[in-house]
Amino acid sequence: MPSSDGALLEASDLHRIYGAARVLRGVYLRLTPGDAVAVVGPNGAGKTTLLRILAGLVRPTAGEVRILGRRLERDDPGARRPIGFLPHQSMLYDDLTIRENLVFVARLFGLANPAASVRRALEELELTHRAGDRPRSLSRGLLQRAALARALLHDPRILLLDEPFTALDAAGADRLRSMLASRLAGGAALVLVTHQLSEAWDLATRVGVLANGRWALEVLREGALVDFAPRWEAALHG
Amino acid sequence: MTEPRDNGLDRARTLSRRGLGISVVALAAFAGVCVLALGFTPVEARQGLAQKIFYLHVPAAWSSLLAFSIVGIVSILYLWLRDRRLDLFAESSAEVGVMFSVVMLTTGPIWAKPIWGTWWTWDARLTLTLFVFFLFVGYLALRAAIHDPDERARFSAVLGIMGLVLVPFIHLSVYLFRTLHPQPIVLKPSAPSLPWEMLRTLLASVVTFTLLYIGLVTTRYGLALGRRARETPDAA
Amino acid sequence: MADSVRLAVVIAAKDIRAELRNRTALLSATVFAALVLVIFYFSRDPTAVPAIVLAPSVLWVTFAFAAIVALNRAFTVEREHGAMDGLLLAPVPRGAIFLGKYLANLAFVAAVQAVTLPLFVVFFNVDLGSALPGIVATAALASIGFVAVGTVFSAMAVRTRFAELMLPVLLLPFMVWPVRWAVEATARLLDGRPLSELAGWLRLLALYDVVFLTLCIMIFGAVVDE
Repeated sequence: MPSSDGALLEASDLHRIYGAARVLRGVYLRLTPGDAVAVVGPNGAGKTTLLRILAGLVRPTAGEVRILGRRLERDDPGARRPIGFLPHQSMLYDDLTIRENLVFVARLFGLANPAASVRRALEELELTHRAGDRPRSLSRGLLQRAALARALLHDPRILLLDEPFTALDAAGADRLRSMLASRLAGGAALVLVTHQLSEAWDLATRVGVLANGRWALEVLREGALVDFAPRWEAALHG
Repeated sequence: MTEPRDNGLDRARTLSRRGLGISVVALAAFAGVCVLALGFTPVEARQGLAQKIFYLHVPAAWSSLLAFSIVGIVSILYLWLRDRRLDLFAESSAEVGVMFSVVMLTTGPIWAKPIWGTWWTWDARLTLTLFVFFLFVGYLALRAAIHDPDERARFSAVLGIMGLVLVPFIHLSVYLFRTLHPQPIVLKPSAPSLPWEMLRTLLASVVTFTLLYIGLVTTRYGLALGRRARETPDAA
Repeated sequence: MADSVRLAVVIAAKDIRAELRNRTALLSATVFAALVLVIFYFSRDPTAVPAIVLAPSVLWVTFAFAAIVALNRAFTVEREHGAMDGLLLAPVPRGAIFLGKYLANLAFVAAVQAVTLPLFVVFFNVDLGSALPGIVATAALASIGFVAVGTVFSAMAVRTRFAELMLPVLLLPFMVWPVRWAVEATARLLDGRPLSELAGWLRLLALYDVVFLTLCIMIFGAVVDE
């Protein structure tokens, strides 16, 4: 019986080597309900690789990821269910409408009532009026909303978002923040990679600076962003 | 921190050297087999002197099939154990194997033409070696086309296993074809009714080629390990 | 197990729906097959051999090339917008993903064959007669096998720079055999030979199907999972 002692996600000692490059050199992460970790760091630090390992798309060279106590591995597709991952790309099919794309995902996840789940997601992201359109005809901002709808459709408890605020205007960003906040209040946890810490500062409970494949700094988010910036600089160059 | 790296490189060098040693011994043995075949083995009545190439032909075919089977088996092991060295070993076996099959495919027609009056027949041995050659070429082409080492190892292993499973079907197909279309009777070199002197020479040649295979693969594998040790300084 | 089949059907249905929307790949493969038939027709010597003798070879070479052209569609479509990640993120067994792609490919290949066969009858003026059901059955038996292998290989080929070249190089050594057996069976069918003369070839085809379909379902995960 896998034990999780309250942890939604537990990643221990993650290493990842690509050819001759050590992209991750021992990363730890633990998420409990309500946790929101903002991950920042220079380009090439390994942020996207970390997210993909947590999502189960990439196998770590060493270390493991446990989701609600279950190891993430090839032979256990069910372990992936609580994860919602938003990569840079939309993962939408050009030849299907937004609605058809979402219904497909609902069926893949075996949701009890695909039509209802899709309707709810479209309403939450305010996409109902464009649901019959193909992804190609959507603006970048709307496409990002469609991608979010797809990622969150199955009500995941663990949200892994790679730069979700890209392409969103101020109103869109506000809507996203309140969406995420309500999910966090409902017991979900979230890891959010961003280049603009200001966008995620208020939402975050912790902030992690990833550099050279490991945490240069991983602290509770407290105080104001302006006070954090020097600590961040120090961590990178210290 | 630097210790594992030095050990790896040293081990690789030793392996290459040992492999070269075995190969040299095998080549010397091969020279001996040639002498044996030309000087101490009776000439075959119907086919004459040209038949002697059979002592080169059959073992080369055997070696390429051996090389291919090993690629297949090591591929299964790789997908199970995921040890990158297994992938390097399979690659070495494939490179040596493709060489042996080229030898077989060039000597085959040279032998067939004067004896059977035709460059090629679709008999079991030639057909199998031809397809093993195609599979090797596909294997090496796929490896050349994939840049990520992990992906390359995985894909090669899948191809190696699929190829291994294909081989029995080639056998079955040739067998079925032969039972339905009886071929003109030609010398069946693999029949046990060979006189002792010929059998002895054939066996000696097979052993020599197997030794050559072992030597060449060991050398190649040692080289691959060495390159890997040099390219990944802080990985085991 | 039942869930895997359901998921496979969901994936296959998605592929088929998308293809019916767009139709580019389907039409291209069909036109390609028609053109191959035309090339065969123009390159034969009409005085030498009656068309019916060439029929099995022409038909099967055409089927084979058209299938290769059609097979790359399945995974090219998943490269757009990182859609493959979407499939891999879901709690779907990798064998089910394979099965779904395979079924869509099979439907696709069957559609191209369904157009090619009548075209062949028309161009070559061949009377299939009572051999038609047998030929359809043989086509199904052969396609089941090589489409499975082709699905796995196209998943790999699509990750290389020249997928259209890589797929034939990988697939043809595996495809030659079911095609060869299908040609033997088709020739005998057109000749009106009794079923017992075909049995050996059909059995080989069936064995190939069972073995490779099983192997492909099991091995597909190694291709798509990093």
